[in-house]
Amino acid sequence: MPLAQSDFTFISDLVRKQAAIVLEPGKEYLVESRLAPLARTEVQGSISDLVAKLQADRSGKLASKVVDAMTTNETLFFRDGHPFETLRTIVLPQFLKARAAEGRLSIWCGASSSGQEPYTIAMVLKEVLATHPGFGVDLLASDVNEEMLERTRLGSYSQLEVNRGLPIASLMQHFERAGTQWQAKADLRAMIRTQNINLATPLPVMGPFDLIFMRNVLIYFDNETKLKILTQVRRLLRPDGYLFLGGAETTLNIDPGWDRVSLGPSTAYQAKKGF
Amino acid sequence: MVLVRILRDKGWDVVEAGDGQEGLDALANGPATQLALVDWNMPVMNGLEFIRAVRKDPTHADMTLVMVTTESEHSQVVRALAAGAHEYVFKPFTPEALLGKLSMLGLPVGV
Repeated sequence: MPLAQSDFTFISDLVRKQAAIVLEPGKEYLVESRLAPLARTEVQGSISDLVAKLQADRSGKLASKVVDAMTTNETLFFRDGHPFETLRTIVLPQFLKARAAEGRLSIWCGASSSGQEPYTIAMVLKEVLATHPGFGVDLLASDVNEEMLERTRLGSYSQLEVNRGLPIASLMQHFERAGTQWQAKADLRAMIRTQNINLATPLPVMGPFDLIFMRNVLIYFDNETKLKILTQVRRLLRPDGYLFLGGAETTLNIDPGWDRVSLGPSTAYQAKKGF
Repeated sequence: MVLVRILRDKGWDVVEAGDGQEGLDALANGPATQLALVDWNMPVMNGLEFIRAVRKDPTHADMTLVMVTTESEHSQVVRALAAGAHEYVFKPFTPEALLGKLSMLGLPVGV
C-alpha cells in the first residue's frame, strides 16, 4: 500500500521538530523502508496504523522510536575506502610527529550509527600505532540513538554486515565468532568510548580534537542546522586538526570558517585562522 | 546464477564451471582469466582444492581468487586464505557487498 501524503507529512514534521532533519517530498520511499518494520512490530499493521497510534500516544515513546528509525544512517566498514587509506598513510604519520611530545591523539567520530566507522578507525589506529608503543588515543564514538551506541559497545555484527567493506584479513585479525555474529575483539572494543550526542542541539563541553569524522550526516540537515553544527565543530577542532565529511558533503556555501585541504585522494577541512 | 549476472551487468566476460575440475579445464582452454569466484562446496573438486591447484600454476599468478561460500567458521576462512584466496565473501551476500570487495581488490567493477 503506497504511503498516504498525510502520513508522510506527519512523519516529516515529527522528524523535523525532534531531530532537525528535513525529509523533502520524494523521500517517501525512505519513510516506507524505515518504518514498515516498526509498523509490523508496534501495531502489526501498516504505516498508516502506526501514524494513527503515534497521534494518540502522549508518552512520546513511540515518537522516539520513529525518530530513531528515521535517523539511523546506513553505514559500512571502510566506507569510500580512501579516507582511511589517507588516515593511515598521510594523517596519522603527520600527527605522530606533531603530537610526539604529548604522546596522545584525540579523535571524534560523530553520528557513528552502529559503529562500523569508529571500528574502522580503531583498526587503522591499531595497525599504525603498533610501531609507536606508548602513544595513546582517545577515540570517541557518538550518536543520538542509544540503541546504536549499545551496538557500538557490543561491537557485534552479522555476516551481512561484515561482508560489506571489511577486508577478510581484518575480520580474521580483529573479530571472533560469537554465535552467528562476528564480535570485535576486546582490545579493539576497549579503544572506543561512546557518548550520546545530538548534533542538532548545543554540544557538550568536550575536546579539543585532532581529528573529527562526521561523514554522511550533514546531508540530512537543513542549511541552518548545518551551519550551527559546523560552527560548533570548528571550535572543538585543534588549529592543525582535520574534519572529514562524507563524499557528498562540504562546508562551502554553508560555513565560511573552513579551509578545504587536499590530502592525497581525500579532502579534509581545517578551521580557518581568525574565525 | 546470481554471480554471473552481477558481473555480466558490469561488462565482464564470464565463464561458468560446475566444479573445480571444470574450472581448471576452462582455465586451460580459455583466454587469460583475471578473477575466479569460487564456492567451497562442489562435487569432484571442491573450491579449496581448486584454489590450491591454481596457486601452484605460475601461468595464473596474476589471477584474483575469491571464495564465495556459506562456510563461515573462523578456521575455514583461515584455511582458504592460507591456500591462496585473496578475499572471502559469506553467503548470503548483496551485490553491493561483492562488488565492494572486488573494488577493494582493484578490479574494475564500476564502484
